[in-house]
Order: sequence, then structure tokens, then C-alpha cells
Amino acid sequence: MTVLVTGASGMLGRAVATEVVLQASTEATRGETVRTFQRGESGLSGVVPGVTDARGSLTDRARVRAAVEGVDAVIHLAAKVSMAGRPEDFDAVNVEGTRTLLEEARAAGVSRFVMVSSPSVAHAGLSVVGDDALPADPERARGEYARSKAEAELLALAADEPGFAVVAVRPHIVWGPGDTQLIERIVERSRRGRLPLLSGGLALIDTTYIDNATTAIVAALNRVEAVHGQSYVITNGEPRTVAELLGGICRAAGVPGPRFSVPAPLAREAGGLIERVWNLRAHDDEPPMTRFLAEQLSTSHWYDQRRTRHDLQWRPRVSLDDGLARLAEWYGVGGQREDGQRSGCRADDCRLFWVAGRSTHPPN
Amino acid sequence: MVAGRPGGGLTSGGLESGGLASGGPDRGGLNSGGLKSAARGSAASYPPAGLPGLNERWSKLVTAPDSSGVPRTWHLLDNASELAAAGLTPTGTILCVHGNPTWSYLWRALLAESVVAGAGASDGSDAGARAGAGAGTAENAQVWRVIAVDQLEMGFSERSGETRTLARRIADLGALTDTLGLEGPVVTLGHDWGGVVSLGWAVDHPQLLAGVMMLNTAVHQPEQFPLPAALRLVLKRSMLTSTTVHTTAFLDTTLAIAHPSLAPDVRRAFRAPYRSASRRAGIGAFVADIPVDESHVSYAELTRVATGVAALTVPAVMLWGPRDPVFSDRYLGDLMQRLPQADVTRFENAGHLVGEDVAVAPILLTWLDERIGTHVLEAGDGELADSVEDGLIQGGPIEAGLVGGGAVEGGPIEDGPIEGGPIEDGPVENGSAEHAPAEYRPLWATLLERAADPAAAVVEMLPKRASGGRRTVSWRLLAWRVDEIAAGLREVGVAKGDRVSLLIPPGADLTAVLYACLRIGAIVVVADAGLGVRGLSRAVRGARPQHVIGIERALAAGRALSWPGQKISVRTLSRTLAATLGVQHSLADVARSGRASLASGGDLQGEATGGAAGDAATGERMPEPDDTAAILFTSGSTGPAKGVVYTHRQLSALVAVVKERFGIDGSTGLVAGFAPFALLGPALGATSVTPDMDVTAPKTLSATAVAEAARAVSATVVFASPAALTNVVETSAVLTLPQRRALGRVTTVLSAGAPLPVPLLEEVQALMPEASIHTPYGMTEGLLMTDITLGEILRAQQDAARGDADRDETAGTAGAYRAGGVCVGRPIAGVHIVLSPLDGEGRSVGALTQAPGVTGEIVVSAPHLKANYDQLWLTDREATRQTPSTGRWHRTGDVGHFDAAGRLWVEGRLVHVVTTASGVLTPVGVEQRAESLPEVRRAALVAVGPVGTQQPVVVVELAAEHGRGSGRVPRGSRGNLASTELVQKIRRVTGVDVVAVLVIGEMPTDIRHNSKIDRAELSRWAAALLAGRRPPKLGTPGQGRP
Repeated sequence: MTVLVTGASGMLGRAVATEVVLQASTEATRGETVRTFQRGESGLSGVVPGVTDARGSLTDRARVRAAVEGVDAVIHLAAKVSMAGRPEDFDAVNVEGTRTLLEEARAAGVSRFVMVSSPSVAHAGLSVVGDDALPADPERARGEYARSKAEAELLALAADEPGFAVVAVRPHIVWGPGDTQLIERIVERSRRGRLPLLSGGLALIDTTYIDNATTAIVAALNRVEAVHGQSYVITNGEPRTVAELLGGICRAAGVPGPRFSVPAPLAREAGGLIERVWNLRAHDDEPPMTRFLAEQLSTSHWYDQRRTRHDLQWRPRVSLDDGLARLAEWYGVGGQREDGQRSGCRADDCRLFWVAGRSTHPPN
Repeated sequence: MVAGRPGGGLTSGGLESGGLASGGPDRGGLNSGGLKSAARGSAASYPPAGLPGLNERWSKLVTAPDSSGVPRTWHLLDNASELAAAGLTPTGTILCVHGNPTWSYLWRALLAESVVAGAGASDGSDAGARAGAGAGTAENAQVWRVIAVDQLEMGFSERSGETRTLARRIADLGALTDTLGLEGPVVTLGHDWGGVVSLGWAVDHPQLLAGVMMLNTAVHQPEQFPLPAALRLVLKRSMLTSTTVHTTAFLDTTLAIAHPSLAPDVRRAFRAPYRSASRRAGIGAFVADIPVDESHVSYAELTRVATGVAALTVPAVMLWGPRDPVFSDRYLGDLMQRLPQADVTRFENAGHLVGEDVAVAPILLTWLDERIGTHVLEAGDGELADSVEDGLIQGGPIEAGLVGGGAVEGGPIEDGPIEGGPIEDGPVENGSAEHAPAEYRPLWATLLERAADPAAAVVEMLPKRASGGRRTVSWRLLAWRVDEIAAGLREVGVAKGDRVSLLIPPGADLTAVLYACLRIGAIVVVADAGLGVRGLSRAVRGARPQHVIGIERALAAGRALSWPGQKISVRTLSRTLAATLGVQHSLADVARSGRASLASGGDLQGEATGGAAGDAATGERMPEPDDTAAILFTSGSTGPAKGVVYTHRQLSALVAVVKERFGIDGSTGLVAGFAPFALLGPALGATSVTPDMDVTAPKTLSATAVAEAARAVSATVVFASPAALTNVVETSAVLTLPQRRALGRVTTVLSAGAPLPVPLLEEVQALMPEASIHTPYGMTEGLLMTDITLGEILRAQQDAARGDADRDETAGTAGAYRAGGVCVGRPIAGVHIVLSPLDGEGRSVGALTQAPGVTGEIVVSAPHLKANYDQLWLTDREATRQTPSTGRWHRTGDVGHFDAAGRLWVEGRLVHVVTTASGVLTPVGVEQRAESLPEVRRAALVAVGPVGTQQPVVVVELAAEHGRGSGRVPRGSRGNLASTELVQKIRRVTGVDVVAVLVIGEMPTDIRHNSKIDRAELSRWAAALLAGRRPPKLGTPGQGRP
């Protein structure tokens, strides 16, 4: 039995691939258990037994076809994640890439498909207060990433049919030790005394510790026959204020916490302005603050987890406090990254936490 | 001849014929033919397609002879074919008549929901749309066909151009139902002047009639009252046609008074049949047909209907929106007198279009389910007529106890409200072995017995700032004064059963007036000034008193807010001021005329030994034990103020339990610092003293004031509110030695209304070392349910602490004793308490239990429990939902549990329960544990998020020494987040995964007790903050909510 994991160069992808192997090994399976698919190396091949790399881009149909050959199940994490960029770039990877993968997977006889999506596909309003997963809505999604992911999720769920079971899971803000996108940026900005809170950081945000996101995705794969055709938001189920989260992360990393607060409306205004100026200058990377980002950081986002936990027969294994303790331990032993590669959580909304200003290079 | 609707929607647009209405009324009546000559007539039509909520298949055109025998075509809505399509056979028909200027569209929701409910009932499943439990089951499935007519000249029915008087309209409707072949049972439903037409039909069809339902309507224009101003204006000759016909002003005004306003598409739908002047002619004619006086052509018919209605014995329900400029509460009162069996619910914020303001359809269907006995629906016509004549629909095995007063004879009732409809419903304990009824002793019995006693009965401590001193009234004087005022009140027209609103601060005057009213059977309406002017006004107006007795300040407010009723001032006012305030009499006048009446052989004397019934000569004017004695208003701190109805027997039972419980007798001196109990003084036989305080602000009761009051009568008993006690402790340092000695003589302290922390009670104990300190549990609906003393509280806490420790060591003993809540002790004699366990969404729907450790809604029963709520049938229904069939029960809205020793612990209000995904949390235990931290002065548990997946949030007031300094949120924020350290401490000490801890300067509290935290407001505030929105402004502490 082989599971294809796309996007395994990211923090979450690698963890998912490893988890699949861990769960399979108890069933005494031999040989190739997980095949990864991404442009670069997963970093797992040769390290985790049973993992092989099949490299390539989702925009390359031949490579995709080769990757799904002989595969029983697909966990699709690969995506273009960014705050800025041209719509067609998002479409090429997130929409068309997903379409290609679905088509080729079905043609190759794959029977199970887990679409890793994002809660932002259904963000109609500004704040989410205990909602369950709403239908993906490209029309109302905010930003090109969310819009393209919404289209991709709809494509995937539309492909659900007897013999090809599809489920969509939407982990919300995944973080953990070794995460360069979210944790490193917060820590770095804080170290330089440039980590603000928006409007006092009072908004409640629910996040997902990496291990919990991982086990939930694998649970979705195990339960796909029972839950196919549905979407599930995945979180720790422990909403916290932005101030407490940022403070907790900074404490774990041994850096001072946020020391000042900016009124959210001001940040939103500034974000909008920066966004416009940035686009004029045609940068291909991301503006330091977008309107979307400012909204995300100053409004609440937490979800009803009852259906998710019931249907997936899953519960988070690592609490927020335990996760922060592990983070502290990780910083305590001096490691900042396990390897020299600049990677991180790519399939999630972790950049929501990328607060004001760019840090192109992680600190040493 | 019934025509189905053709395919495709017709529009009404092209159906009008020309001709403007002209002419007008002469002196209120319409000169016949005024409008008639103008309109030439146009055929009936279907409404345009696509009106929101209107199913096109309901529309039918039916041609029937009108009252003159001329065939006329009606447009009506009928869901018969839909029911048939769903395989449902109607068990009865609801005949709906709209008013002016609306049309059958008004009833669209009822048509739709009766199909849904019928289907649900015949499935045997819960109909969903019904409020609470009690939806039909397969055995008593009710399926209601709904027929809603457009009256002729109105809506989409034919415009004949004729003037239709009330008599004609009632006959027209009868001719239509004959043509339809309508068979019984029929329940009528009318709104506005359609109510009169529907009631006229009801009076004329007793053999078919099973019930009457009304929304804001009237059958009588009381002679002494002027027409409502809004209508007077419209009726002015010059205005009539211009407002109603030539323009859409009348139509627009009616549609504009919905609360909240109608959606634009709904408003358009209401206007659809009235697009042109000729189509509006009927509106003008209808308004002109309002009989304003005896000369009017329709006056006789209106009187006939009004008289006929009073003879109806079928179940009746009235749903009322008091914010109605025309059909004011006065008309509700008139209808209630004519239909004393009616269930009444006033929706405080609803107005004339109550059917648009409130979802009335499920309420009406629920009411039908409960009040219209199943056998009625199965009975043939003859049998039905019999039971109608009997005036009593025996409930049969299922609905026993729902109709009439005899609630006890029924078999097992799953959810039957015990108290039934009439206010004067007999107390059930007569038939219940469980509640041995206390011997009935009239509340004024002691006054009569001590009528010659020169000892002090009431002492009023006068304000310090007004030079202090006291006013002492002896038993002899009080008894005499009560007699005088009682006789005088009769002289000025206060009759038995009249409602008298008392707006007098506690003291000798209030006591005298109160007992005078009770003696003559007038119903006292007591609304605490603590409700605030708006709340007070709503209470006074809602209770519709015939008389208001008050101090100038209250009467001035009443004048400004146009309270109803004859006004009597406590003080004698100057003629100018009396005129300004609309005051007819002063209390002195009343007493004087009473004195004269007694001197000339008035009849109060004869009742001295009359006891319950009085002697034969005066019997009918004397209150019976089961007559209503008082309506007390709840604090409003837990929702809008509700009128709580007590009979004489119930108040008498209350006096008995207070006497027995606290050992009060004729020699007791009582400091009455707590309003509800203060009024009982003379009935208790105790000498009561009112301390110098502003009764509207409990915090103004000082230690000195209590001590001086105690000294004045050598008091051994002190009643004080929790907030007052707090202040007493805080101001105790200045007490003089004699004052301390006076307090040292106190043997009983009673405080209730809100939880009291043990440390406070211990300080009170230090102040009054000889006193047994009681903190009983009760509510306006049942003032004394359990009792506990400080010593027992300490024992209970030790048990709970030991229980918690045991539980840590050995699993499986959970619940026997556990901390979490306020221990209020055991039920006092005669009181029964059970718990209704909560489900995951915080609803108290579990089977009643007394098992220790189970948390549920506290359900109480006692002889001294209230009779019912005033004009709140729905609230009554909820308060007695799923309670035992014997005894009179009340759902308190509080949650709690019993410990293994049978002590009750109150854990908070049901509505404040937090429903997390992993179970429900009750507030009090969490708050107590948070308050055990030195940093926290006061804590409140609130919830954010949707029911079932809410997140717990703790809001704290910091102790003074922790209020400032480091460890708080970064500067620039709004300073509402607690420090991380405090958050973690609170999580640890409460054992609850609190998502956030918010800091607040001072909690919003209610004004009455000054101690109940307004968690609803706090929840809104927290929810906004934690969603990143600007929070609503919190009410000033102590102001409460209007």
C-alpha cells in the first residue's frame, strides 16, 4: 500500500508523511509506504524508512502521472502559499494542479483522496466565532490564495464518487518547533522589538499544533470512506487571545513579548496602503502588511470542533501548553532549525502571523 | 363554487375600475352611501405572484351570496389542498379574519406552519416549530386547516362598491362559511377590526365553535374613555377620505408601526391590493364603520357582539402588542373581563401588527394543542355543542388540568401547566396530600385582633438630614387608619378585584394603604422603584391598574408616561399641582370620606369577625382566600419585570412560614430593611421599623441606621438585602456603644436575594454576636423556599471540601459532596424541591430527580408559591413545563444540585450556564474559585460563541492593590486583558480551560439588589472584545438595565 503525499518539503507535509509511515509500520508493511511529490527534496527519503521522493511540479502532467502510478491513496498538501502574487500563478498550481492530480489519480486507480485545504476558503466575514466548516466560496474568499484554494476544494469534492472517496480537511494556523514561517518570524521581530499587537491583541484565535494537524489528516485518510464528500476544519480547540499566543511563543523562545499595540483600524488602513504601493512597484515577494493580514490579526477565528472530532474519531493529542513546552524545549537545546533548508508550513495560513515588515533571512 | 387558481400569476394591476371615493362621515358615523356611490365595483382577483411567504396554491376565488343575497366573489387563502397532498385529514379549521387595512397575507405563516405542524404531529415526532415540549403525538395529532379570507371590499376580494356595516360583514362571513360547507370544530382568529368580525361569527356559530384567538383587537368602546387620538384624527370628516382613500397615508401608517419595521418586500405585499384610490375605498368605509358612539349605525351590532363574547365559554387566547396607538391595553383589559378564561400574553416590544412583530403561528398552534381537547376534535357536531354548552371541555386522559381550575383530577400529565388559565385558579394543595394547607388566616387578622392595642405597630425612622426622629404608629391607630382608608377607597370607587398600583416607599403610609386594599379585595400592584422609571412604567401600564396611589415623584413620572387609572396622592397637594398631575384625591381626602362613611354606619365594622367569607350582607365585597391579593413585580435583573400573581391564601401561607421559621410573634421587634418582607410586618404581628435609608439604593443602609432602628423597637430580628449588609459591615466602625448593644440583642438576621460570601457573614456575626444568621433561598415567585444558617454553611463547605479531596483519591465517589455553588440549605416545611437535569445545550429537559450531585434547574413547590404570572401565558407555560401533576410547581430558572446531606446548592442562573463542547459549566462555582485568589475582588463567568460550543471567559474586578502596575497588557491597549500569570492561576484554580480573562473596572449590576452581575451585558461586552470589535458601552454600575 502506497500513499502519495504532495508538498512534503513543508513542515506539515513532512510530518504527515512520517505519521503515515509510523501508523503503517505497526501493520508490518514493507517496502514503499509513502511517496512524496514536490519540486525539491522532502528530506525524508533515506531518513524515514519507506519514504521515497518523486520530484516534480503539479503543473507538469507527465510528472504527476508518474507520481500516482501504483498509489492507493493521495494526501494533497502542495500549494502556492502567498499573500501576494498574480492570480494566474495561483490558478496554475492550486486550481489546475489539483485538477491534474485528481484526474491522474482517478485514472491510476487511486481510491482515497485527502484534500488539505484551508479555513480561509470559507471566510465570508471578518470574524469567525464558533462556526463549523462552511462551504468553500471562491466568490467571497479574501485574497488570491484563499480564492484559488476554494476553487481547488470544490474541484476535489466534486470528484468524490463511488470508488474514489474524497474528503477535505482545513487545518487552521499550524505551528510547531522548527517552523520558520510563523514561529521564526514572530521570534525575530520580537527580538528586534518590532512585534506589535493589533488593538491589544484581544481577538480569539484557535491554532493547530503540528502533531494534531498531522494526526487529523491521517485520521481523515483512515475515515475517508465514512466522511467522503465533506469538509472539516481542524484546530486544537483551544482558542486564545492573540496577545496570549504571541506572548507564549515569545516566552518559549526566550525573547521579550509584544510591547506595543497598534489600533486595528489604523493597521488595516496601513495594510491597504502598503498593498497598493507594493503592487505598483511590482515586487514578486510579499508586502509587509496587508489589509487581509491586519483583519486576520485583529478579528477572532475559532471554530466548532464537535463534528470534526466525532466524524474523524480524532482528538488533539498535544495541548497548546504542551506544544509551547515542546517549543521551549526546542529553543532550549539551541536548535533553530533541524537543517539548513528554509522551509516551513506551506499549506496553511501560518503567514497570517507574519507581522509587519519582512525578515528575509532568519537569524543565526 | 370554488375556483382553483389558474396557472401563472395574474396581477391585480388591470382590474381596477375608476371612480374616487368621496363623501365622509357625519359626526363619527358615515352617512350611508357616502362611499358607496363612488366606487363602482371590480371583480375579485388573485394576488400577484411572488409575494414573500405566500404560497400561490393557497389562493382561491369563492363566489357566495352576501348578506343581501347578491353573489360576491371572495379571495381567500386555504391550505386544505396542501394538507391533502401531505396525506393529512384536518381535525379542525382556523378561520382567520384580517383587519383594516391589511389582508389575508397577514396569516401566511400560520397557513404554512399548520401544515408542517400537522405533518410533525402525525409522524409522532416533535414538530420542531413548537415552543418547548408538548408537541402532538400520534394519539392526539391535531391537523388544522387554515382559511384566511379577504373581507369584501378589501384585499383581493370583490369591490362591490357597497357600504358594509359590521352587521353585514358578520353576516357576509357566515354566508361564505355556509357556502364553503365549513364544519366544526372551528377556532376563529381575528386582528384589529377583523377581530370583531371573527368574534361576531363566533357568537353566531356556537355549534361549530371550539375556541377564539385574538391579536390586538376590541369589541367595545368604553363610554368614559375618548377614542384613541390616532383614530380620532383619522375619523375627522375632512381627514377620513383623504387619509384612507385618496392617499395611502392610513395604510402606510399602519404598516410603519411594525417593530422592527417590515422588510420592504413584505411591506409591498401588504400594499399590493391597495394600489389605487378605488381599491382603497374599502379602507375608508371600514374606518368610517367604527362605532364611536350610540348614534352610529354599527353601535348596536358591536354591543351585541360584545355581550355575546362575554357569554362564550370556549377556550380563548389573546396575543397582544402593547405598543399600539389604537388597540391599547385598555381594550385588552376589556376583553379579559369578558373572557376571564382567556390565556393572555403581552409581548412588551410588539405593537399593532403583533403578528408581524412576533412569530405568533407556533404559539397559536401550541396553544391549540394544549387547550382544545382532542375529543372535541373527534366529536360530532351534537356532542361538541354539548360540551360547549357545559362550558367545560374535560381534558380527557391527556389534557387534564389544562382547562378550568380542577387540575388535580387528571391522570399523569407530562407537561400540563398546573395553574390553568384563570388568575383565580384554586390552589392545588387542596387536593394534594403533600401540601398540607396552612390554616387560612386573613392578612389583616392581626390588625383586627389588636385594634385596641396602644403598642407600636410600625415605626418609621425619619431621615437624619431632616433632623431625624421617628414616626410611630400604634396598632390601634394603624387598625383604625386601615379601616378609614379601606372605607374611603370604596367611597372613591375602588371595588373588589380592582387593581391598585402602589408607588409609595416602605413605611407607615404604604403599610396602611396596602392592608386597606387587601381588606376590600382590591389587588395591590407593587413594583419596586428599583426597576427604574422605564421598567416601573412598563410594569404599571402593563398591569392596567384602575387606580394609582403614589408619592408626587411617582405620579409626575406617571403623568409624563400616561399611566392609566385614577390617581390618588399620598400627600395633600395644592389644587394646581393636583390638576397638573391628574390627581383626583389625596390620601387624606380618602381617609376623611372613609371616616365619614364609617361614622354613618359603614360596613367595614360588620366584617370584624367575618374571616374568609365575610357575613352574608357584605360577603360579595369581601375577598375570598382564592381571590387575587397582589401582583408583585420581579426585579427585572433577570429579564423584563414580570408580574407575579398571589392569592390571599398564598400570602397567608407565606406569613405562616415566615412566622414559624424565624420565631416571630406579637412581641417581636423587626428591622424591615428588605422590601418584600417589610410589608409582612403587621400580618406577622411584629412591630416593624423602617430604617433611615433610600429604599431604592440598598447601599444607603448604614450600620448606624440599622442600630438606631433596632434601638427604637428593641428589635430582635433584622431583615436586610445582601448589598445593605455589605454596607452595614463597611460602616460599622462609627457605631456607638449603645448602638452596638442594640445590635447585640438581635437574635435573627435574614438576608436574601443574592449570594453572600462567608467572610461577610462572619463580619455580620461579629457585629451581632447573639444572632443566628439566615440566608434563605427564594424568589419573587416564592419568597422563602429553603433556609440555612451560617453554621450550617460552614459545615456544608467542610463536607464539600472533604468530598473534593476524596474524589481526588478515589474515583467513583464524584458528586456526593462537591464544591461549586452557594449552599442554601434544605427546603423549609411545606416546600418540595426537585431538579430538572440539563442536556448538552443547557436545556433543563431531564427527568426530575432529587439524586445528589446531579445539576439541574431548580423546580419548587409550596403552598406559598405564586399562583401564576400576570398576562404571560407563555411564561407560565414555561415555568410549569414538565412538572409533577400534583401540587403547584415553578421552574425557578436557577440551576443547582443537592449534596448527599440533602442540602441544595445554587450554581447560578440557567441562562448563564456555559455550554462548551465538552459539557455545561455553571457560573457560581467557577467564580467562587476565581475569587479565592487574592488578586481577584469579583469574578464573573461568561460565554462567547454559539450554544453547544461556547468558550468560557472569566471577567474580573481586580483587588485594589493589584489594579495597577506591571504584569498588565502592553501600553496602548485598552487594558482589558489580565496578565498571563493571572490567566494561568485562574485556569489552575478553576480547573476550567478559560480562553481569556478580561479585566473590568466595575461589573455592571442590577440596581435592586446592587449585587447581581448583569452577565448578559457582560457577555455581549466580552464577545465583542474577543471578536476584535468595539465593545458596547457598559451600563454604569448600579444602574442596571431598563
